[in-house]
Amino acid sequence: MNDKATRLAQTLKRRHAAERRFQWYGRLSVAFGVACVLFLFTDIISKGYGAFTQTYIDIEVTFDYETLGLTPDSTETDVKAASFNSLFRNTVRAQYPEVTDRRKQRTLYGLYTTDAPIMLRDMVLRDPSVLGTTQQLTIVADDDIDTYYKHSFGQDLGEGGVIGRVNPQQIALVQQLHDQGRIHKKFNTILFTNGDSRDPELAGIKGAIIGSLLTLLVTLMLSFPIAVATAIYLEEFAPKNRLTEFIEVNINNLAAVPSVIFGLLGLAIFINFFGLPRSVPLVGGLVLTLMTLPTIIISSRASIKAVPPSIREAALGMGASKVQMVMHHVLPLAMPGMLTGTIIGMAQALGETAPLLMIGMVAFIVETPAAITDAATVLPVQIYLWADSPERAFVEKTSAAIMILLAFLIFMNSTAVWLRKRLERRW
Amino acid sequence: MTLSTLFIAVLMGTVVSYYIGRGRSHSIAKPVGGVRNLATLPSYYATLMSLWALLPALLLVFLWLVMDGSIISGLVRSELPLEAKQLNPDSLGLLMNQIGNLAEGVGTLDALGAEYKPAVDRLIHLNSISATAMPVLVMLVMLIGMILGFRTIKADNNARYAVERVFNAVLFISSSIAVLTTFGIIFSVLFESINFFQKVPFMDFVFGTHWSPQIALRADQVGASGSFGVIPLIVGTLLISLIALTIAVPVGLMSAIYLAEYASRRVRGVIKPALEILAGIPTVVYGFFAALTVAPAIREYGDGLRDWGAENGIGWLATLNVSSESALAAGLVMGIMIIPFVSSLSDDVINAVPQSLRDGSFGLGATKSETIKKVIFPAALPGIVGGVLLAASRAIGETMIVVMAAGLAANLTVNPLEAVTTVTVQIVTLLVGDQEFDSAKTLAAFALGLFLFVITLALNIIALRVVKKYREQYD
Repeated sequence: MNDKATRLAQTLKRRHAAERRFQWYGRLSVAFGVACVLFLFTDIISKGYGAFTQTYIDIEVTFDYETLGLTPDSTETDVKAASFNSLFRNTVRAQYPEVTDRRKQRTLYGLYTTDAPIMLRDMVLRDPSVLGTTQQLTIVADDDIDTYYKHSFGQDLGEGGVIGRVNPQQIALVQQLHDQGRIHKKFNTILFTNGDSRDPELAGIKGAIIGSLLTLLVTLMLSFPIAVATAIYLEEFAPKNRLTEFIEVNINNLAAVPSVIFGLLGLAIFINFFGLPRSVPLVGGLVLTLMTLPTIIISSRASIKAVPPSIREAALGMGASKVQMVMHHVLPLAMPGMLTGTIIGMAQALGETAPLLMIGMVAFIVETPAAITDAATVLPVQIYLWADSPERAFVEKTSAAIMILLAFLIFMNSTAVWLRKRLERRW
Repeated sequence: MTLSTLFIAVLMGTVVSYYIGRGRSHSIAKPVGGVRNLATLPSYYATLMSLWALLPALLLVFLWLVMDGSIISGLVRSELPLEAKQLNPDSLGLLMNQIGNLAEGVGTLDALGAEYKPAVDRLIHLNSISATAMPVLVMLVMLIGMILGFRTIKADNNARYAVERVFNAVLFISSSIAVLTTFGIIFSVLFESINFFQKVPFMDFVFGTHWSPQIALRADQVGASGSFGVIPLIVGTLLISLIALTIAVPVGLMSAIYLAEYASRRVRGVIKPALEILAGIPTVVYGFFAALTVAPAIREYGDGLRDWGAENGIGWLATLNVSSESALAAGLVMGIMIIPFVSSLSDDVINAVPQSLRDGSFGLGATKSETIKKVIFPAALPGIVGGVLLAASRAIGETMIVVMAAGLAANLTVNPLEAVTTVTVQIVTLLVGDQEFDSAKTLAAFALGLFLFVITLALNIIALRVVKKYREQYD
């Protein structure tokens, strides 16, 4: 008797231990998932926050007629042909008269972005009256200098960071500029106002954001009406027959087709067969439309289903036709759910990369697209392109672009959640 | 007149017709004693008239855009010199391109020869006719449509029937787009694949163990004949997917069980959306994370282990070699990506298990974990298996993570520390950049696409079958 009781007590103890272990497995799994989220975000943010500031160096430039080879009555063409390169180099050299070695002088120019002479030229083109005057200018620093200076003189970069790319002479120069108060950090507007560039310090995401917006616009204009019409047809009008069933099966299967296959479709049908141009938001939008259609159709159908039959019967009872019933009663009541589904579908389209690679939206494009038939790239593809670039400064830019993309996605998804909470009706 | 101005003109015409139609229906209503004596509401008459204006014009624009090019090139072809007409289709296409360029003022006639001048002139002439004729014809058709629509506005004609018929037709056409997309995918992929298999034998593709799609540019080039054995790609894809599932299935399943059975309402309300954030992150972000954070970390850790092994004389550790594009990094991150996928699907099936089963088990004295392991899990198993299959199809079709973090070299290996390549990586690599549609290299991508489509489709169909079968048990 006693023996049995102890045995039972032992079993119970073991079973309870197993229970506790099992609970801990569960807790650990959840903790792992949440830790992944947190780690991902901290990793991206810690890599990317630096890109929102940019290092600038003050410099005094005299737009000397003689060096430029210009006269007060030079035309615009003369200005375009003038040697701003030597003007810039002379100016920089004049500040360090003690540096005479050619190679070291080249290091001096390398403090500034390679586009500095072009910036000076553009300044003259915008306002010819600066010619012959001396201007206090603030010029963007080179990407290596920028990374070095921004991260408290390379201290918080860890070993093997940018230090290897900055030589002792540059370090001394930056220290000197810092002591003179001529080097400073500002909010990085270039990131938002420039298109892509080979120089990290001049690369921005404006082109990619506009490209994304144009692509999404095409997607929205096509996918929303088509998806809503399909959902209405399948829920309200479709006869229960094999054709309807076939359509339904098709939609469900399309939702699970890998996105890269839609890229193949776009390439073979839209570009190769219909002869539409490559790399344009129009084709990107068409491909993304086909890809997001199932998502929007499925959620629209769910929200049409949620409208109680009593509403339909009341409308029909009052003498409305079926079309009137749908247009005047079912559709307005189902609209919040459809909009939610559409926003989620758009968020999915905004983050999509693979099919757009196939249709050539990976080209290096500096200009901001102005129409849906201009060559463009989109934000995720820009991220992909920058992630592939070898320069250290592009890592920072990539992370910053990711932060912006995630901000857009979080905004869209929370709008969807808010809309659902706000407008959802329980019957 | 550009296409967009034409579209705007047509749309404006539609709006104008709507108002004309409404005005007309009000005026015919007056003699019969007001709007309520009409067969239907004025807005239906107005809509019908605007549809009459819009649809035929749109149809004409569409047909014109589709037919225009081929009709013109057919006419131009008849102007070609005799020897050019006997060219094979490829060179003829090239020739037509050159003529097209000349007609747009690019290049000079010298390159082709003076005998092509009639063709070029004809093309310029036809293009200008087409450019002026289209807007005129479209506007004419719209005008005729407006007149016909106007004549339908009669007190005893119920315009609503016609409007609703059009409405129904539009709904039906919209819903057939999904079917057209599927057919589009199948035909585009299948067609190019058939072309591919005419160049590369089917058996070599399916059973070949060597993948190097470089094609010799010159006939006398050495060692670049190109081989298209798909086995290394399949092994690579499966390896990475397997690593991903080893992470995602236990974690996803256990989190789903914990959140459904143990967690309090409040904890669930916070944790569930937090996990779902993982599902909303674009794959390119995961790719960046895998390539720049996870892969270097794994490599560093592996190198550390190797040095430690060398110091302590552990032979197998000392030869450890971690590739910087290891399958492990890509698989790990892909696993993280599909955690929410597995957990939300498992959550659904666990919640679908009837409460009576739980109560019965508790009544027999089982603890909670015993109930879960012995009662709920077996009952939910088909659904969970379905979910895992769907997750596997997701992993196999995933592109960006592997493009950014896995390698390009097709190694036939199952070592997760080496670089492997996958089907999706090869599709992207073969197709990004300029390509010609007659080289085996480009067509290979479509053959791989066909393979991918068939595999994911099969997995989905099996998964849905399994889930459906399970559901029927408790209904």
